[in-house]
Amino acid sequence: MKKALSLIVLLSLGSLSQAATLTVNCYPDVNRSIEAAIPMWKKQHPDVDIRINTLAYPDHHNALTTALATGNGAGDVDCVEIGFVARFGESGGLEDLGKAPYNAKQYQKLVTGYAWAQATNADGGLYVFPVDIAPGTLFYRDDILKKAGVTPAQLSKSWESYIDAGKKIKEKTGAYLLLHANFIALAYIRANIGEGESLFFDAKGQPMLNSPRFVKALQLAKMARDSKLDANLTQFTPDWTDALNKGMLATQPFGAWFEGTMRALIPGTAGKWRAVDLPEKSYATWGGTFLAIPKQSKQKALAWDFIRFYGLNKDVQLNSFKAITALPALKAAQNDALFRKPVDFLGGQVVRPMWVRAANNTRPFDANRYDSVANDALGTAITRVLNSGVDVKTALDEAQALVERRVNRGN
Amino acid sequence: MTTTTKQPQTRNWNWSHLQKQAAPYLFVSPFFVLFAVFGLFPIVFSLLLAFSQWDSASGLSTMHWVKPLWSNFQYVLTDPLFATVLKNTFWIAIVSGLPQHLVAIPLAYVLHTQVGRFKHFFTAAFLVPFVTSTVAIALVTTVLFSERNGAVNQLLLWLNNFVLFDPLIPDQTGEGYIQWLFEKEYTKPLVCLLIFWRYFGYNTVLYLTGLQTISNDIYEAAQVDGATRWQQFWHITLPLLRPIAYFTTIGTVVGNLNLFDEVFILFSGPPSGGEEYSAQTIGLYLYNNAFGPNQDMGAAAATSWVLFVIVLLITLITNAVFRRTADPSEA
Repeated sequence: MKKALSLIVLLSLGSLSQAATLTVNCYPDVNRSIEAAIPMWKKQHPDVDIRINTLAYPDHHNALTTALATGNGAGDVDCVEIGFVARFGESGGLEDLGKAPYNAKQYQKLVTGYAWAQATNADGGLYVFPVDIAPGTLFYRDDILKKAGVTPAQLSKSWESYIDAGKKIKEKTGAYLLLHANFIALAYIRANIGEGESLFFDAKGQPMLNSPRFVKALQLAKMARDSKLDANLTQFTPDWTDALNKGMLATQPFGAWFEGTMRALIPGTAGKWRAVDLPEKSYATWGGTFLAIPKQSKQKALAWDFIRFYGLNKDVQLNSFKAITALPALKAAQNDALFRKPVDFLGGQVVRPMWVRAANNTRPFDANRYDSVANDALGTAITRVLNSGVDVKTALDEAQALVERRVNRGN
Repeated sequence: MTTTTKQPQTRNWNWSHLQKQAAPYLFVSPFFVLFAVFGLFPIVFSLLLAFSQWDSASGLSTMHWVKPLWSNFQYVLTDPLFATVLKNTFWIAIVSGLPQHLVAIPLAYVLHTQVGRFKHFFTAAFLVPFVTSTVAIALVTTVLFSERNGAVNQLLLWLNNFVLFDPLIPDQTGEGYIQWLFEKEYTKPLVCLLIFWRYFGYNTVLYLTGLQTISNDIYEAAQVDGATRWQQFWHITLPLLRPIAYFTTIGTVVGNLNLFDEVFILFSGPPSGGEEYSAQTIGLYLYNNAFGPNQDMGAAAATSWVLFVIVLLITLITNAVFRRTADPSEA
């Protein structure tokens, strides 16, 4: 009897000392970055396991919506992409990391300015913590430019000179300037946000899709389309990969993270690519990941430990950067010697300081909960201008009316 | 003493009575429980939601009635995009639905009258598209119709070498490739082609089943009276197929008006539904309202009830048409 009792006591103690598990819900490729950090986490917390649940980008955010609606199913830590920051921030389902016991505002100076601004809600709440950033850059094929007799400076001087360079490239080599003219419009819109404005909304929260910034953006895109400089392809399709592989595209405007994506997507073109600032030294952002603690988490203290470990530890951030090449939001990591190393895929170019400079020069702006509505309406307007020959102003006025209708409805 | 003898009797009677009375209900209860949870609750909830506003990310506590109560319906019905998706849905429903039956009936007749021992092979072959997963079909279609490397555009480019076909793809270098999965002129026909291919075999098999119920005596009598094959088809086969035709037509109408998964996978976007929403159906519009950029559950629920009313009306009209065309002698 005594033996049996001792066994029961031993088993109970065993189960008590069993490792706790912290659940992190995220989307690709952030999952790879977190996986890479687990060995370092285990050194600090040998008794806490990390379980990563990964869903595709839209599915992850739909699942988080459902979890917040039903109060069940969220992780202890959830990844939030920039497009969803405002909506989830206003949902009331996430912990305000700016308040006690988190008091995250003390870390503001350690993090890239614009990413911190994006994480901050209009009401001053800090419902997400920035971990990686995506400064915009212009990747280009060095071999194609040389063949066409075009210099990188001609690409980045102005949007007009970029388009002129494209004409020369097309004429001399047959290569398109870029995959789709809408990239020009999107880059211009992101890079020229005025004081107090956000991406699509003015300081009062009213949409401004027919303002001069958008008109100029669409005019530039139309100029490229009319000169047949874009291949009219969609990103992340087999046709696009094929065009990148075959050297049919001379440039690719994107977030700096795309360098890592290219390594896996088009390894055969290694050494042929380089990067410069976007035309007119446009400092624009192209993505970004944030971490949040849902109110329903049962291990909030541990979750906050994880966010500080992942977002504020220089070694962890550098380790993550090696895994997926998404630039760390942590300034200390950006100053590491690793960032001054040449990048083999980009022909040995020392390019990262340029991206860090771009990130730190990007004007901070707030996220708006109707960003995705405006983005959708803008996409339709661009399509109507480029494909259907609709006048720029007409298309933008229609988009403006659509977004106004949704914003005025509320919710 | 009396009580001790009576008590067990009462318990026994109760237990057996309960067993007899309750057992059927107990056995049938799983259906009702499941229906209540997965059928009735969503219906009631969507009805409440159609008159409410709810930020789904903020939990149920944020759900509240809208003022005026019909404003969700007003918002949907005055949405310029709703008119487009309504037109798209009917366009696709008619263009993909009608040919299914125009091909399926004669095909079933030929199979029934002309094909002997290979009939079962054809029946199975016709059912293959119907039983294949929608996701697999849509993904294969995406590959076949992809712009630059898709087999269809490559075939059209090759046909350009022949004088008669040379305007198929305008630019011989391939710059003018048709964007089947984007351009507004092609998105709806592509969906129709897919729907037609997927369901005409299923309808053929149903018509074939219907044909097998028609007695051979009627055809023999007609032959004795000197009726030609065409006359037999027109005056015997078609009228007697009417109950099956009613069933398949209702199936096509309801299915096509609810079309969602094919367009969702083919035209996931951006933009969702192809160029200028050219292939966005009511089903996809509903989904986008709830889970897409709009994140507007109230509008989505209102859309689902509008769709319900449309399906109900069209079904009643179909019903009335079939009743009117019925042979009065059958009544």
